[in-house]
Amino acid sequence: MRQERFERAHREEWDAFAAMLAPGHGAPGADRLPQTYRRVCRHLALARDRCYTAGLVQRLNGLVLAGHQTLYGSTLGLGPQWARFLAGGLARSVRARFKPVLLAALLLGLPFAVLPPAIARNPQLAYLVEEPQDLARMEAMYQPGAGRFGRANQARTDVAMFGYYIWNNIRITFQTFASGILLGLGPVFFLLYNGLHGGAVAGHLAHAGLGAQFWPFVATHSALELPALVLAGAAGLHLGWALLAPGRRSRARALVEAAREGMPLVYGAALMDGMAACIEAFWSASALVPPALKLAAAAVLWSAMAGYFLLAGRRHV
Amino acid sequence: MIDTLCAVETPEGVELEFSPAGPVPRALAWIVDAGIRCALYLALASALHGLGRVGLGLTLLTLFLLEWFYPVGFEVLAGGQTPGKKLLGLRVLRADGAPVGWSRSTVRSLLAFADFLPFGFAAGLAAMLLGRRCQRLGDLAAGTLVVHVEPLQAQQAAQGGAEALAPPFPLTLPEQRAIMGFAERAPGLTLERARELADLLEPLTGARGDEGVRRLNAMARGLRGLA
Repeated sequence: MRQERFERAHREEWDAFAAMLAPGHGAPGADRLPQTYRRVCRHLALARDRCYTAGLVQRLNGLVLAGHQTLYGSTLGLGPQWARFLAGGLARSVRARFKPVLLAALLLGLPFAVLPPAIARNPQLAYLVEEPQDLARMEAMYQPGAGRFGRANQARTDVAMFGYYIWNNIRITFQTFASGILLGLGPVFFLLYNGLHGGAVAGHLAHAGLGAQFWPFVATHSALELPALVLAGAAGLHLGWALLAPGRRSRARALVEAAREGMPLVYGAALMDGMAACIEAFWSASALVPPALKLAAAAVLWSAMAGYFLLAGRRHV
Repeated sequence: MIDTLCAVETPEGVELEFSPAGPVPRALAWIVDAGIRCALYLALASALHGLGRVGLGLTLLTLFLLEWFYPVGFEVLAGGQTPGKKLLGLRVLRADGAPVGWSRSTVRSLLAFADFLPFGFAAGLAAMLLGRRCQRLGDLAAGTLVVHVEPLQAQQAAQGGAEALAPPFPLTLPEQRAIMGFAERAPGLTLERARELADLLEPLTGARGDEGVRRLNAMARGLRGLA
């Protein structure tokens, strides 16, 4: 069939199809979109096979692409997805990735566990990790009755700190995940770095006798912040591992799958960082809440986190 | 044929073709977007400045959202195009041709950090130059492509002149397509270039110069079935 006859026979249908795809739904005959789409697909295949001109093939290619996008575009609502995610999907994803999660927890937790007792025995160790002026600043921040602990009316200040925590902490979480594509080296660095810093500061302050101010401040929000970093690090390590050992898949495919499997952990981490920022700005820093109450809340939150990640989402819904 | 086109097969059994965008248009689009982000940030920061410390907190929140979710919002809600990409005629697609969703778009956006390393998007550029489909690290992990938007142009009007010629000897289908393609693109060529191209086909047309162009157009009309 000559191209001209082919075009004359189908031009009306193509124009109608383009009208159906135009933004603003309710075009006449939109319910016939799938059938029309399949016919246009056939026209594209015919046009290619019969070597019709590039202009026609390009137009049909564009029509098929637009139809493909309309038919196969995801239309699932975000609301129900999030509800299912929080009800147990997140915990399931974490348990499914328990190897990288464990590795990330060790990378962050080991320096955190080792440094404080070591610094208690040899206080000089803290200066291996931290600059003296930084440690002095930390000491000043946690003096009894100093800084924001002494201020009664600080609601205005706390919003600024909340914004800062969101901007800074979630950024670090995202960077920890993203740098995992560098063969997993990024998360190793971020986790060790934060573990060393946190451990050194905690050990130094405890040694300086400021633990009574320090522990109540960090105990509550760290129940969310530290696991968040672990989850993001685990997702990053998973990404790097897919590149190092893709198994029986191509590296490109392994990478895409690892990113998809890791994203729930990143969403969870960002969410936990957001909650941690709330707690840190409005609860941990508040001088109105007695330290004993802060420690009790911390105990509840830490157990709740453990309970959620161990137990939630076990039952099939 | 050597080109940068890549194709995916749809469930209907036809191949969709895309032309992935190279580093230069993508960098230009990024610069436009960076300008818009800066302008948005400055406008909001100066508006919130009057609110003191509360304003500072809100400014930092805005900075966070602009930093990570500016591309995500546009890519998902505006058909794969940030304003910069729209200006440059680019769009983000899933590698299978479907529109990009929240999760993939977020992966792209987060991994822009890794693409930026060690400085100035060097890692992303290296990935784009090494790969076949010009994907930066974020695209590789998300399984997405940045492609040129082909304008859905209206059909070209028939070429001037009413006569149609039959070729003096039978032509294969690819040869017929080449001749029809010449006629289709002739309005966009300079006269000198059209003559130069037509001269190559002297064995077919038996003429050179303007007469060759005329005969070639006439043959194209005949092959298309216009006469």
